[in-house]
Amino acid sequence: MKNKALRNILIIVVVILVILIDFPILGNVKQKIFNRDVTAQLGLDLRGGMQVVLQAPEGYQIDQETLQVASSILENRANALGVSEVLFQVAGDNYIVGEFPGLENIDEVISVIKQTGMLEFVDVGDEYLEPGTVIQTDYTGTKSGSTDSTSPEAAATVAPEATTTVAATEAAAAGTDTTAADAAAAPATDKIYHTVITGADLEDVFVTAPQTPTDGYAVSFKLKSDATQTFADYTTNNVGKMLAIVLDHKIVSTPVIHQAITSGEGAISGSGENAYTYDEANNLRITLFYGTLPVSLEIAESRVVGPTLGQDSLNKSLLAAAIGFLIISLFMLIYYRVPGFVAIISITIFGLITYAIYLVIPVTLTLPGIAGFLLSVGSALDANILQFERLKEELRRGRNLQQAVDLGWSRAWPSIRDSNLATLITSAILFWFGSTFGASIVKGFALTLAIGVVISLFTALFVTRTLLSSIIDRFKDSDKAKWFGI
Amino acid sequence: MKLNILGKRYLFFFISLAMIVPGLVIIAIHGLPLSIDFTGGSMLEIQFATDKAPAMDDVIALYTDNGINDTQVQFSNSDEGVVAVIKSSSLTQEQHTAIISSLETNFDSNLVELKFDTVGPSISQSVTQRALLAIAISALAVIIYITFAFRGIQHAFRYGVCAIIAMLHDILIVISLGAIGSQLFGWQMDSLYLTALLTVIGFSTQDKIVVFDRIRENSPIMRRVPFEKIVNHSIVQSLQRSINTQLMTSEFLLLSLALFGGTTLREMCIILLVGLLSGTYSSIFIASPILVVWENKEWKTWFRKTKTTEG
Repeated sequence: MKNKALRNILIIVVVILVILIDFPILGNVKQKIFNRDVTAQLGLDLRGGMQVVLQAPEGYQIDQETLQVASSILENRANALGVSEVLFQVAGDNYIVGEFPGLENIDEVISVIKQTGMLEFVDVGDEYLEPGTVIQTDYTGTKSGSTDSTSPEAAATVAPEATTTVAATEAAAAGTDTTAADAAAAPATDKIYHTVITGADLEDVFVTAPQTPTDGYAVSFKLKSDATQTFADYTTNNVGKMLAIVLDHKIVSTPVIHQAITSGEGAISGSGENAYTYDEANNLRITLFYGTLPVSLEIAESRVVGPTLGQDSLNKSLLAAAIGFLIISLFMLIYYRVPGFVAIISITIFGLITYAIYLVIPVTLTLPGIAGFLLSVGSALDANILQFERLKEELRRGRNLQQAVDLGWSRAWPSIRDSNLATLITSAILFWFGSTFGASIVKGFALTLAIGVVISLFTALFVTRTLLSSIIDRFKDSDKAKWFGI
Repeated sequence: MKLNILGKRYLFFFISLAMIVPGLVIIAIHGLPLSIDFTGGSMLEIQFATDKAPAMDDVIALYTDNGINDTQVQFSNSDEGVVAVIKSSSLTQEQHTAIISSLETNFDSNLVELKFDTVGPSISQSVTQRALLAIAISALAVIIYITFAFRGIQHAFRYGVCAIIAMLHDILIVISLGAIGSQLFGWQMDSLYLTALLTVIGFSTQDKIVVFDRIRENSPIMRRVPFEKIVNHSIVQSLQRSINTQLMTSEFLLLSLALFGGTTLREMCIILLVGLLSGTYSSIFIASPILVVWENKEWKTWFRKTKTTEG
């Protein structure tokens, strides 16, 4: 090989580069280049936390865009609640996977998710409805496939079809700010009510402090300009009638319209025993502002890993990997001698490069992911062993060292290439399978396996071969038996 | 080395059957030990202090009080205490909270909730279906790839088919192991088990290709030699590599993970250990012999042979 020196320099450059990425040095420079902290991302099974898979109710066809919108709304809501590092991702055609690392309070998260946050102001005429009553409206926002439902125009469409999917929310059943308790309270649930405006028409929502110590907090809102007109017209024509505030098809309160509201501003509040605390009001604000999911979602799957289990698994897996690597190194040194030493260096470089790629992409490390990595280590070792077995064969046939290294390589290459490509095909199919379903276990495994296989092809093709042919210059052919273990 | 591996090929086929059949019998009687990942339901894993763990009946009674009638409980001891794994149909958040709090008041106020998984029936069904689909597509892709990679020699298609037959053998070994493990240690086929199975599939093909590669290399050189001899020679040539790669490296790595890694990974590592071993075994003793059986069209003589021995 003419370019031996060049290849060696290239290997050294790559090694320096990946070491700079792998270890916590030059943090600021790396942050500038990658625009984020370059640290290992640990999966929920290693650090503890909760994972939920959400899906639309049976029979609903949703498109990707709708899922994407819903997913980012959920993330905003969760972030507003102060849950850190929450991640919501669309998986396949039908699922959203939410991950809450290090989370202790599960109920809090479930309430965020379950509040689908469909806010409607509904025309109920003279009829007073008890808080908690489930009603049907003519608003078709959750109808299948309608992404434009988030736009204000959709609110105006009137269709008889309405959904009754109601998540079992613990939505704060608030009392009314106007007393109308003596009015007839027969819940007419088959009736379809007209929706005046929806949560999509809100421009801003904020919590306002109690006016007097006995009052609760209130949630004030400001409407968008189009809706302000609609709302003004409606309230002007219906003074004295009632307007129900409906969240997820459940009545929150049924205030009386005392006067026309033309400013587009209003407030929702509870009174007496049902007065909002700050937290309740803030929760409602989040639901309203980040709310209005374009689709109702149900929890299809939830998994909670306690933090102790995660930390324990991580430490033990790392220890086990270290022990395994030590045993393998010993075996390679004893059995293959000089090439064995080259293999250890090559595998170490393989590990450094792979870890650097995990950090750069970034790949979230999970237990199955680590398993995938360890198996790709096996694959990288196999590539070395295949070369060395061929090398030994050629040496036994009486070739000199340089010939044997080159021939051993060219004989071993087809099997290394074909076997690794077959594994790559399998991991690609597994990755597809994993990402279509929120089966993040399979996905993490397939991803680390595939990365590992690609890098192992590189180290086998490049590192082992180059180092081996550089190092054999230092050995005489007569030393074969001693240094190459024939 | 003058090993005649192929001469005893029917003995190896018999050994494999002897490994697979017991597991299949268990499955025929008890069904597949599927976890909630595939059946839907809830799984709660709780760690109690050793002297404060509830009895199995207490847990079942507690679940019945909360309206759940299909509870299965398993206990295992660890250094930190007793771990109870409770499987049931889906729990609501309220039921879950109620169960945990009454376990705390009645048994161990310092219990640790290790895991709580709930999987809905529709998602579990679609995961199972797609998993089967993923395996079928992988198998097809591998056949196509091998046929392409071996296009230079005669009957390239056979190599792909034999690799897949041997792969099915490995899948059956792993399933049989899972069934036996479910009877002896209460193992369940969950998504980690599925991951292990998929790994075995991937590496099974990788191993077959390495052995077949020798046949590919030897075929043009040994034109006049009978096919059976070429295959036998190729197996013997690649034997050292098979032993070193599989036994000395991969298996050691898995063994150390199984022994020192956390309990979460132990079951998976044991399955991988056996599965990878089966993958190596089937390259040598299943895939290659079937190539020879196919080449010689031996099924034509199966019945005749039996008659001669009887006579």
